[in-house]
Amino acid sequence: MKTATAIKNIDELYELNKKYSQRKEKWEKSVAICAGTGCRANKAVSLISAFKEEFKKKNIEENIVLKETGCHGLCEKGPLVVIRPDNIFYQHVKPEDVIQIVDKTILSGEIIESLLYVLPEDKKQIVKEEEIPFYKWQKRLVFGQNGHIDPRSIEDYFGVDGYSALAKVLTEMTPEQVIEEIEKSGLRGRGGGGFPTGRKWRSTRNAEGDIKYVICNADEGDPGAYMDRSLLEGNPHSVIEGMIIGAYAIGANQGYVYVRNEYPLAVENLLVALEKAREYGLLGENILGTDLSFDIKISKGGGAFVCGESTALMLSIEGKVGEPRTKHIHTSESGLYERPTNLNNVETWANVPIIINRGADWYRSIGTENSKGTKIFSLVGKVVNTGLVEVPMGITLKQIIFDIGGGIPGGKKFKAVQTGGPSGGCIPSELLDMPVDFDELTRVGSMMGSGGMIVMDEDTCMVDVARYFLSFLVEESCGKCTPCRDGNYQLYQILNRITEGEGKEGDIELLEEIAETVRDASLCALGKTAPNPVLSTIRYFRDEYEKHITDKKCPAGVCKNLFNFAILEEKCTGCMLCLKRCPQDAIVGERKQPHSIIQEKCIKCGICFDVCRYDAVIKV
Amino acid sequence: MEQIQEKEKTGIDIKDIKGILKKFHNTSESLIAILQEIQKTFNYIPQESVSETAKYLDIPLHQVYSVATFYKAFSLKPKGRNIIQVCMGTACHVRGAQQILEEIERQIGIKSGDTSEDGEFSLETVNCLGACALGPIMVVNGEYHGNMVTSKVSRLLKEYSKK
Repeated sequence: MKTATAIKNIDELYELNKKYSQRKEKWEKSVAICAGTGCRANKAVSLISAFKEEFKKKNIEENIVLKETGCHGLCEKGPLVVIRPDNIFYQHVKPEDVIQIVDKTILSGEIIESLLYVLPEDKKQIVKEEEIPFYKWQKRLVFGQNGHIDPRSIEDYFGVDGYSALAKVLTEMTPEQVIEEIEKSGLRGRGGGGFPTGRKWRSTRNAEGDIKYVICNADEGDPGAYMDRSLLEGNPHSVIEGMIIGAYAIGANQGYVYVRNEYPLAVENLLVALEKAREYGLLGENILGTDLSFDIKISKGGGAFVCGESTALMLSIEGKVGEPRTKHIHTSESGLYERPTNLNNVETWANVPIIINRGADWYRSIGTENSKGTKIFSLVGKVVNTGLVEVPMGITLKQIIFDIGGGIPGGKKFKAVQTGGPSGGCIPSELLDMPVDFDELTRVGSMMGSGGMIVMDEDTCMVDVARYFLSFLVEESCGKCTPCRDGNYQLYQILNRITEGEGKEGDIELLEEIAETVRDASLCALGKTAPNPVLSTIRYFRDEYEKHITDKKCPAGVCKNLFNFAILEEKCTGCMLCLKRCPQDAIVGERKQPHSIIQEKCIKCGICFDVCRYDAVIKV
Repeated sequence: MEQIQEKEKTGIDIKDIKGILKKFHNTSESLIAILQEIQKTFNYIPQESVSETAKYLDIPLHQVYSVATFYKAFSLKPKGRNIIQVCMGTACHVRGAQQILEEIERQIGIKSGDTSEDGEFSLETVNCLGACALGPIMVVNGEYHGNMVTSKVSRLLKEYSKK
């Protein structure tokens, strides 16, 4: 049934685009507050209520617009507030700052210096968002609207030409032409595999069958990657628009978004967006007055990493256990309910409207020979500016980590960057100048994955990192095929032994041998790529493995059995703080006399190391 | 693997379960969504709900059990009053999440995945909460505690056990 607000034809949509983009010009100022998960964890919700209250008190609600937006990307400095049109950027904003912001900045145009971003190198303050190095070097095509629009307002999306790509497709292009355009753009799947999107669409379109499905994979299971969540939370309509275009090209009438259960806010915002899209007649029967009928259901995952794999995901939507199958028959021919099914991930879908609007030729001009467009990375770990960054393919690792990310905190030394999630690999400092794209990352023994980029410094133990990923993969292996189920378990056991100081001569070679078997013989991508963390750390950090095995030492001071805490006599002031806090009474000494640790009692909980104000506790 | 425990009384009213079931289509596509709702309501999957769900969807009991034990979101054992989740994502791991987890385990005297005998705390690990800037991070009853260090653990736990 059509609602009263349903858009009857394409012209009405263009009217809405015009109406809501002009609305922006009438606003005197707008205040965009990041309400993504990162900032919420930093109490952004109470900040928003404080703003609302103050706006009411000052009676400025009419002229100044408050926007609860999705993630702005620079999570490290959250909660973030940007005041437009001047783009004044405030960081670490607390509810108690609100009165000042309203009085000074919003009403009198004054800048509050204490809330500005400060350049770490020369302590210079930066006022405008776009001048902060973190933003300056990015190219935010897909992620760009996140900081501007309210994800729960479809009107905001109309105001940034929302659904105009869909209108273009429905009026000017045949399904065949849409597929050609996507093929020509060179878009490759952003979820991990990097398969050409256009080719995938074509094979699903060509597959036999009346009922076809399109699915959005939002089961972002890679620990340390959250760009898909932030897109769904911050700009759900861009994903929905991409899916409708895909459905038109492929000939599908039903779509699914398979989303992680751990992402409640993404589910909530997506539900609102779907509801609104239906209200405006952008989903349902006869979309925009054309013959196209299409709708989208949400399916929430149950917390299984393997369900990010296409065949497992489809079984999970059907309400079954998510165990992958061999793919001698592709899901494009027989997928969900054994019907032709096209699966792309969130970021891939969000690229589609941009390609349609701006053209494949323009899109092709960004990126490298075989990787076009931009990619969103979540830059996390031991890096100054933790957050989400969108960059053109081909940018170097060094530019991402040092120019955008601001380098390593605490003056520590960069050791490696891990890309591609648990199935990816660790890339050492010698390769920092390599361009980042699908093929280059694979060439050095890692992969693009969904775009997690975890920076590691000299305090990270590479053997422990490999052990960590293997423990994750052992836990997440569905157990269907032997190489993955047992092979990865054996790898984990050996790595565990090494990190516990029980490593033996020949362990490295044994790891390599098992890893190769697991890689060659596993059924699905989870198993096939599981040995990557082991192989890549052995390839680039073999000496660390050897130190663990032969010298029984963990140079980074991570593996508990392979280092001790000690107190430096010359630095210890005898303040008794560590002594009082030690849960094992393992620290002895008199007030104002250097303390010492009884090694037999120490459980290496690290509390003394944390609480010492004089850097007197060290790892040896 | 969790053992399915025979229990005389779980104190669960079948009517409540039926009320949940009614909200969903009776096709097997609803199975995971139903279990999620049951887990959310009771904080675990009571035994009665498994058989009721199988009946409602007209599917074999083993299919409900296999799904309920395959996915991490479901627990067949009741959870504690306070639910602690420690993020074990990669970003948190390289910032010392393991030490935080071990300190919590030591303080409460349970391992991850268990519930303390007095029913005060359940301890879980999660793969990634996507709040990597705040790592290492622990969440208690939905409240985020970022930039954790081991020395902060005991005070934080005391606050919750009092509440």
